[in-house]
Amino acid sequence: MESRSVSRQTANDTASGETRARPAGPGGVLWRHLIEPYLYLSPALVLIGLVMAVPLAIGISYSFQSITLLRPLDSGWVGLENYRDLWSDRKFWRAFANTFQWTFGSLAFQFGLGLGLALLLNTAFAGKRLIQALVFLPWAVPAFLSALTWAWLFNPVIGPIPHWLAALGLLDEAENILADPALAMWGPIVANIWFGIPFFAITLLAALQSIPGELYEAAEIDGASPWQSFTKITLPFLAPMIAITVMLRTIWIANFADLIFVMTGGGPADSTQILATYIFTTAFRKLDFGYASAIAVALLALLLVYAAVLMMIRQRLVRT
Amino acid sequence: MARMELNGIAKAYGTVEVMRDIDLVIEDGEFVVLVGPSGCGKSTLLRMIAGLEPITAGDFTIDGERMNEVPPRERDIAMVFQSYALYPHMDVARNMGFSMEIARAPAAERQGRVAAAARTLGLDTLLARLPRALSGGQRQRVAMGRAIVRDPRAFLFDEPLSNLDAALRVEMRLEIARLHRKLGATMVYVTHDQVEAMTLADRIVVLEAGRIRQIGAPLDLYERPANRFVAQFIGSPTMNILPVTAEAGAVRLADGSRIEMPQARPGASHLGIRPEHLEVTDPGEGQIVGTADVVEHLGSDTNIAVSVAGIGALMVRRQGTATLRPGDRIGLGIAPGKAHLFDAEGRALRPAPAD
Amino acid sequence: MASIRRTPALLTALKYAALAGYVGFALFPLYWLVKIALTPERVIFSEGTQLWPSAVTLENFRTVLFHSDFLAFFSNSLMVSLGTAAATTLIAAASGYAFSRFRFSGKRLIIAVMLVTQMFPLLMIIAPIYKIVAAIGLLNSLTSLIVVYTAFNIPFATFLMQSFFDAIPKDLEEAAMMDGCTRFQALRKVIVPLTLPGLGATLGFVFTAAWSELLFALMLINSNDRMTFPVGLLTFVSKFSVDWGQMMAAGVLALVPSCLFFIFIQRYLVQGLTTGAVKG
Repeated sequence: MESRSVSRQTANDTASGETRARPAGPGGVLWRHLIEPYLYLSPALVLIGLVMAVPLAIGISYSFQSITLLRPLDSGWVGLENYRDLWSDRKFWRAFANTFQWTFGSLAFQFGLGLGLALLLNTAFAGKRLIQALVFLPWAVPAFLSALTWAWLFNPVIGPIPHWLAALGLLDEAENILADPALAMWGPIVANIWFGIPFFAITLLAALQSIPGELYEAAEIDGASPWQSFTKITLPFLAPMIAITVMLRTIWIANFADLIFVMTGGGPADSTQILATYIFTTAFRKLDFGYASAIAVALLALLLVYAAVLMMIRQRLVRT
Repeated sequence: MARMELNGIAKAYGTVEVMRDIDLVIEDGEFVVLVGPSGCGKSTLLRMIAGLEPITAGDFTIDGERMNEVPPRERDIAMVFQSYALYPHMDVARNMGFSMEIARAPAAERQGRVAAAARTLGLDTLLARLPRALSGGQRQRVAMGRAIVRDPRAFLFDEPLSNLDAALRVEMRLEIARLHRKLGATMVYVTHDQVEAMTLADRIVVLEAGRIRQIGAPLDLYERPANRFVAQFIGSPTMNILPVTAEAGAVRLADGSRIEMPQARPGASHLGIRPEHLEVTDPGEGQIVGTADVVEHLGSDTNIAVSVAGIGALMVRRQGTATLRPGDRIGLGIAPGKAHLFDAEGRALRPAPAD
Repeated sequence: MASIRRTPALLTALKYAALAGYVGFALFPLYWLVKIALTPERVIFSEGTQLWPSAVTLENFRTVLFHSDFLAFFSNSLMVSLGTAAATTLIAAASGYAFSRFRFSGKRLIIAVMLVTQMFPLLMIIAPIYKIVAAIGLLNSLTSLIVVYTAFNIPFATFLMQSFFDAIPKDLEEAAMMDGCTRFQALRKVIVPLTLPGLGATLGFVFTAAWSELLFALMLINSNDRMTFPVGLLTFVSKFSVDWGQMMAAGVLALVPSCLFFIFIQRYLVQGLTTGAVKG
């Protein structure tokens, strides 16, 4: 009923030659553009808010507090003390450096091998559906199980890998590389490569399949060699997908603690400790939530810097 | 039964106004075609009538009842979509009877109405099929059947034939005309195809850039276009437009030839002449002399592109076949009664009422 | 790349060799897992590193199934994963629908927030979550895990569902509304039936993710009877640190649900990951 009087008002205005936006009636603009969409969104927003946004804010505030569950009396605001401790914590800097080795060591192989696989799968061959399902299978294996499986494979008692490495002369004797501080990081990295190739293969394959076939035919008519087709058509088409998957994946790998935690727990002698596992072991084993949160903030800052640098590089590339 | 009235309808997305000052009355049982180039707002207008698009300002009534805020389901209007929008997971019968299913009509009544509509449209044998097992023409019929079963007070069509091939399009056009005669319901039809507009409409509404440029019966628009836009939009090939300078009782073309026109008066800036109204004469006769550039033989007609020194290219249409060949010199005559005059703003200049 | 050009035999051979390499790399660890699980205990050390066991047995599986907490872990994980998958899919379907079908103020901001949640270290909130869950007395409950996992998975599932909704022409629900449906009726009668494959795929993705989660489960659950599979399996590792056959048998069993879902969702992987995850 209200809308009726409102409308009469507007009708008069229009009659006097003035067009004006109509105030929202029931079922009108307000409903369509504000209330109804948020009705559908509200469960998601509430959950994200309560389980992610609020704890995130709390987590940041923890980094300025002393919260150790084992020493409940010691809690309270400590200002920047956690960060000062961080600065002089050699384990932290070790983990910081390890994070780079872990992330880029994994990423480079995942991407290179994933791209190779995607290119292979984009060609025709017999039994393709089966092969595709098989090579994507590692992606379906839960991370903790991948970690355990690879830990076992690296174990000379039960796994073949040390024996192979020794036979190839890469190791002096068949021993567990996970126990060797100089080599241990390569264990989780190999597991991560195994686990991560399918992700790149799947996304890049999808991008490859979206390249119109006529382009290759046109290039062939124009006399392009296969290599030229690859560099002039395939790569430029893949570039946006590569950029975004590499960025997302870098961040994801940097945050990915499961493999290392299960395979080595950060050892031996912290040689495989990355920031993400350092956060978890500090929170889980020492129950020192304040310090764990400070490490987490440092990791977040690192990732933000990374994202910003990547954006800048991208902008520069676009400009030239 | 539905008489629709649009008063000062406007549409804006945010601050961008795409349509304004739409005033239109659609009489009960009338077949009105909204036509215009793509982006003119014809579909938006139809969707506002349907209730799928909010009306920014103005009033829209059906049978005197204000509809602006009434949701589509309560407007009692059926719509045939360009994509047909058949429900892919329902068979033809359920597609057609869906509106009655929603209205919880008794199954027997629903089946009866679906069967009747299917008979009318020749869909009897296809009722158990899924849409993906139908041809384009059959899908189109199902979409119309769905609207018919609904038994609405008005039908809306949004470019319903544009996805069909040429032969089917002609067939379905006739079908729609028959349907209108049979049901006598109000129909609003959007198309960019002027042939559909001319053949189907009781009245045509020509839109350009969110404004109505002219409303009228098909022949009205053809014979008395209100402006250059309508003049050039209606008719095929397009009306020739020639710049002129006005003199008393006549206009002078750019090549110097003088054409007597009673409606000529100061301000006349362009002369419009339809290709079928240019008379082909021997060189030297008629007002204009030119050279045939391209000759298109259509069988029933012949289109001739003529280039004229000082004026440019003119399109000429002759009935039947012609023996002309590219390069031939021909004369062209403009019959004063068939020519149109426009002022600098594109408005048509009419002969004085006394004429 | 339809090409008439003849591919040299050497290149073809290289291609198949490369494919064989990938398949071998992908399958070998899983083969090893199954092999040890099937190897009888008495020969496990003597032929520990042989490629092919001289005898096979199901004894390890029997022990794991009937003489360990395995079944409890398994059913806990199943409950958590199914609960998470169902709740997430339902909620993400609603939010994905909103993203797909409405233009509204704040949309870009919400999308940005959801993207950011995919980037920041989830471990950052492990401590606050622990304290909150402890404060409301939900430590050691599967409910808390379901709630937490659901929130984690909503953003990705939302983008995924949005891509499935985007693939359904808007005309269809407009036609339904012209046919007398309310928007919700149109959603229920027309859109949802057409999105069933998408809903299934989302369900599968989320199930797999919840099935694999370890760190939060480790933090929030510490009583034996509530442990999910990953947590339970880690206790296996320390408890039976020498019983390789049983651990691997448990591992094989843990793989089963993931692989089942994987087979189901495999054909949506390419579509879902590109349109859903990357487009945003």
